[in-house]
Amino acid sequence: MAMTLAEAIIAKHTKDPVEAGAICRVNVDFAFTNDITGPPAIKEFRKMGAQKVFDPQRCAVLPDHFSPAKDIASAEQIKECREFAEEQGMLFWEVGRVGVEHTFLPENGLVLPGEIVLGADSHTCTHGAMGALATGVGSTDLAAAWALGETWLRVPETMKVSYEGTPSEWLCGKDMILALIGKIGVEGARYMALEFHGDALEGLGLDDRFTLSNMAIEAGGKTGLINPDDKLLEYARDRAARPFEPLFADRDASYAGSVTINVSDMEPMVAMPHLPENVKPVSEVSGTHVDQVFIGSCTNGRISDLRSAAKVLKGKKVHNKTRLMIIPASYEVYRQAMKEGLFDIFLDAGAAISTPSCGPCLGGHLGILAADERCISTSNRNFVGRMGSPKSEVVLSGPMVAAASAVAGHICHPKEITG
Amino acid sequence: METILKGKAWVYGDNVDTDVIIPARYLVTSDERSLAAHCMEDIDASYAGGVVKGDMIVAGNNFGCGSSREHAPIAIKGSGASCVIARSFARIFYRNAINIGLPILECAETGRIAKDDIIEVDLAKGTITNMTKGETYNAKPFPKFLQNLIGLGGLVPYVRARLSE
Repeated sequence: MAMTLAEAIIAKHTKDPVEAGAICRVNVDFAFTNDITGPPAIKEFRKMGAQKVFDPQRCAVLPDHFSPAKDIASAEQIKECREFAEEQGMLFWEVGRVGVEHTFLPENGLVLPGEIVLGADSHTCTHGAMGALATGVGSTDLAAAWALGETWLRVPETMKVSYEGTPSEWLCGKDMILALIGKIGVEGARYMALEFHGDALEGLGLDDRFTLSNMAIEAGGKTGLINPDDKLLEYARDRAARPFEPLFADRDASYAGSVTINVSDMEPMVAMPHLPENVKPVSEVSGTHVDQVFIGSCTNGRISDLRSAAKVLKGKKVHNKTRLMIIPASYEVYRQAMKEGLFDIFLDAGAAISTPSCGPCLGGHLGILAADERCISTSNRNFVGRMGSPKSEVVLSGPMVAAASAVAGHICHPKEITG
Repeated sequence: METILKGKAWVYGDNVDTDVIIPARYLVTSDERSLAAHCMEDIDASYAGGVVKGDMIVAGNNFGCGSSREHAPIAIKGSGASCVIARSFARIFYRNAINIGLPILECAETGRIAKDDIIEVDLAKGTITNMTKGETYNAKPFPKFLQNLIGLGGLVPYVRARLSE
């Protein structure tokens, strides 16, 4: 039977018959939590009577959400994770070495093509860009994977998403995924896998591909898969922490649906409050006041995101009534940005640069919104209260629109700033 | 687990996300009672103080979308709600609810239930009776694998049994 990439990966990890809708018991290659979902996972792991994680080199806790600890309670949660990791001899990285999980793990070759990866974080689907069936679960499911080295998965139907055409210099992966979510809605791919294709995808750098896969969950998807190409395989081989075997969709695989998006005449996109499906071309909402701008997160905190923000900010100043928070998603990104002189551009513009953390994306810390404030953010969710007060608003965009809006003090197309 | 549940309905719309079920600012604990005190507060400040044991949350499509935080079903369960009835559930919330033993029912007719309607749910039969309106709706049955998991009492007893094999 011709298989989609999701089916091919599941088939490699199970003895059960693989067809869309079937439930399979699968082996898990890597299972991780963070400092919020970790403590409940540890509690459930103990309740299960488990003594040892299935493989300490394939189980990890990444303290990235409320770290560096934002208050005493967060410090206690991180401490609990640290002590459990020490007890189990499993992977754990301290502040100063860890990064936002979905940026840090691929950088360190810990998620690899052809693998099944579970994370107690909904944006685990980001790793679909590595050609891994990576999906978010809750803490109890993650604890079960730590204990057994396996989980159950419903074989997802797959929606094929093709990006065609040639994007303008102002377009990035974020605009492409927002365009999709605007088209199919926040539950358009519920229980399904997305599989990204098309000539515009082939031209995309890996950072932009991570952005695409990252927001599969915002359409309800289980994961957002990309078939590995030479560019990806070279990246994976350079960094791999263990051997891997890439898998690919069959050319004649059957898909439950297909969507084609032409990027040739596409404008940069934004998602207005309070759902990621409220997508509009930036020109339609140009002029909307913003109090804060956030560039970072597992969606857009990678080096090419910072480079494109710097392209817009170079020689410019952040509007005197606006604040700009820039948070590189890992220390690798942080160091690279520093080496390239991007920090000088940001500091000259009047931006704040923080240590890697999920920070304000989920209303944790490092830039929380007051009532009636509006933030344009390169993160992934604009739900009510997501970044602070339930009376605040979040608008989602790519890094160039965010940077331009910081300079203008209102939402605007980057060509208006650089032109 | 009790199989007959009875209470009044707290009705919400589509796409109730886990950020509003329990905002991240409260995720510095996974204690059920601490979380329950803030359950739903960003969309309904009256819920946490007004919910009575047995009450039910009734919603439209894609309930529990967004973050994977298991704190969301924990907060709902801790609030005293006996179950969630929705037209559809986001997949991570669906798994989490089953795993922690919060009953969930998928039902196409949640739009017929109004706030404060008195609802009786028979989990064994999968029926939802609206006592206020005198109507009965059917819940979509769970796949067999999940029926077994629910029958065992959730994922923890399942793993416990597997580990002792």
